[in-house]
Amino acid sequence: MTGKIPIAKTYKLFIDGAFPRSESGRTFSVNDTEGELIANVSQASRKDFREAVRAARAAQLPWASRTAYNRGQILYRVAEMLESRKTEFVELLKSIGVNSRSATREIEDSIQRWVWYAGWSDKYSQILGSVNPVSGPYFNFTVPEPTGVVGIIAPTEPSMLGLISRLAPAIVSGNTVVVVSEGHSSLTSVTIGEVLATSDVPAGVVNILTGDQTDLLPWMVGHLDVNAIDISGISQETDLTLIEEAASNVKRVVSRQVNEESLELLSDFLEMKTVWHPIGR
Amino acid sequence: MVNSNSKGGSSLEDFGIEYASAIESTSLVNIKDKYGLFIDGNFVDSSSGKSFKTLDPSTEKPLSVVAEASSDDVDRAVRAAGVAYEKYWKKMPGADRARYLFRIARHLQERAREFAVLETLDGGKPIKESRDVDLPLAAAHFFYHAGWADKLEYAFPQRQLEPHGVVGQIIPWNFPLLMAAWKLAPALACGNTVVLKPAETTPLTALLLAEIIRDVDLPPGVVNIVTGAGETGSAIVEHPEVNKLAFTGSTEVGKLIQRSAIRRNLPLTLELGGKAPHVIFEDAALDQAIEGVINGIFFNQGHVCCAGSRLLVQESIADNFIDRLQKRIELLRVGNPLDKNTDIGAINSQAQLERIDQLVKAGIEEGAEVFKPSCSLPENGYWYPPTVLTGVQQSHRVAREEIFGPVLVVQTFRTPEEALEKANNTPYGLSAGIWTEKGSLIHWMAERLRAGVIWANTFNKFDPTSPFGGYKESGFGREGGMHGLAAYLKNSGGRS
Repeated sequence: MTGKIPIAKTYKLFIDGAFPRSESGRTFSVNDTEGELIANVSQASRKDFREAVRAARAAQLPWASRTAYNRGQILYRVAEMLESRKTEFVELLKSIGVNSRSATREIEDSIQRWVWYAGWSDKYSQILGSVNPVSGPYFNFTVPEPTGVVGIIAPTEPSMLGLISRLAPAIVSGNTVVVVSEGHSSLTSVTIGEVLATSDVPAGVVNILTGDQTDLLPWMVGHLDVNAIDISGISQETDLTLIEEAASNVKRVVSRQVNEESLELLSDFLEMKTVWHPIGR
Repeated sequence: MVNSNSKGGSSLEDFGIEYASAIESTSLVNIKDKYGLFIDGNFVDSSSGKSFKTLDPSTEKPLSVVAEASSDDVDRAVRAAGVAYEKYWKKMPGADRARYLFRIARHLQERAREFAVLETLDGGKPIKESRDVDLPLAAAHFFYHAGWADKLEYAFPQRQLEPHGVVGQIIPWNFPLLMAAWKLAPALACGNTVVLKPAETTPLTALLLAEIIRDVDLPPGVVNIVTGAGETGSAIVEHPEVNKLAFTGSTEVGKLIQRSAIRRNLPLTLELGGKAPHVIFEDAALDQAIEGVINGIFFNQGHVCCAGSRLLVQESIADNFIDRLQKRIELLRVGNPLDKNTDIGAINSQAQLERIDQLVKAGIEEGAEVFKPSCSLPENGYWYPPTVLTGVQQSHRVAREEIFGPVLVVQTFRTPEEALEKANNTPYGLSAGIWTEKGSLIHWMAERLRAGVIWANTFNKFDPTSPFGGYKESGFGREGGMHGLAAYLKNSGGRS
């Protein structure tokens, strides 16, 4: 009788809405707390990173052009999809060493995080924008716009809430992202990708690479089509000279050790645009 | 200067109009033989004894000798700022900081003419610009920010913020006093103390501002002004006790400063170069658009980071528009910056003149056609005539690199989509201009242009209430408005 042998999931990359293996053909293994192999996870290469940026760039303008209301609904849809996969995430987090109670809490918080940012989609412009009383007959206003393509180093702890706390504030305003995740947190990141793939988030808005963050960091930092990087997730020991190359195209570099709901995190990936027009007859 | 015109039909002489020169008097200005550094409330010599000359670029005659701050001098200035922060500024109620800023604004208004003349002498810009733009705006910046000093909690509700402490600021030579105002006013309003370095070719108005700062009894060390070139700037950037950096200048230097700031996880704002598209649609109000384009590129000799240096004109009106533009350029008066009639003054320095000349030559080599009016230029001093390059391709250096001079590059387009594609095809993103009578098209373009400041049916307008700053390689952070305050505050107990 068949059916007794479980079918294990293949952990692959998430690029442009699809789940390809790394073009390098490489994988790395992730073991559970007992030392048993959980999975061989795709190890992304420089070329995979470039593909992910290409997808993120192509998706950026269409995503930003959606109405704020629509982006809010899609983020809320992510929360719905996460809710329906709670049990799976509890099992996953337990397998990588999170105790049952913390795992449940982390998932509840992660769902709430999507809901909180979903609600911001059509509100932050009113809080952060302004009409400016210039000295002259001009209508002058300032509106926030997304920065563009954002590279995110996924925090390793907590793997789920940590990544979602960076992801949701970046995409709610119309940015698209390329996430680089490593080690145990790779499993969480890829599974979050599977949630996003079924949540009406358009292909390319979120791309998730798993591999060695130290290997991929230079490509992220030096890529001329990446507008901003969130390096809050890098380990404390990382040599900051590795980040210097971000200046090659004046990237916005964000490093903020905040894991709560935060309008500041949302603001980190916004540009302020000011428009002048004469008033007259 | 009156231009003769080879094309016929549009010179001032043809209209029977001649401008008698109207030279602004320099009697108000008392330039000293030499200037020291302004540290801890006093003017002091540099520790190395080194100094440098500052010239009038319209005559090449030396105006004065200015102390060159060594790294030891910068260290003294930073320490003075640190002491002043702890001793006076940190403890002072916002309302009192405001009073000092209001005083500075008033003194600037009172001595505006003197400042305007000095700005024109040291930098070469036309007196009508220093008088009507630089000075009123500089005073307005202090006045505007003075009012914020005791209202910061209204700007950032629900946040616990505090000043950074000592702020290092480096400013360029194109708007010497105005950039000092843009930097100092918000920094002081938010409760920081400052070490400011003006550019080496234009130090005099910042040093005159130091006199005002002393006259209004600002506590010693709250503002320190150190003069010098790149090495002095590096000493500020690398100083371990500077808590935040703000730089306005070239993208090249901005990137070096960003590298240093990243290594040390230091808060930074950058206002860098630009290559602004100025887009003219076929239904634009053409007379106004011509004036807008002229102002966009020839204001301050084109030494403007947000200058409208790439003209994108719709193909259906291109020939007519360029013809009218050239006729208008024939009417521009290039010459003595102190003449109240002068439209285009002197190029700020020999080095800048060489850079402009080299880039225009590169443009011609790559196939551009060049138009220059028939005006003659003074024999001494640094001068470049207003210039238009047509037949320019996107790949040409003159279409991609910032020229920072009175040189307009022309390209054409057929559809709004093509205009947008060309406009955004640049690593820069500081400003952009749009001219059309169609409101929906203005908003469609304004929404899609990747630039921090969009001027629609106007250009080169500035105001202290209006946030200014770039996208992409034009920098990050804003100056002016409520948004500009954010750069000078941090979360209590932490960075950024």
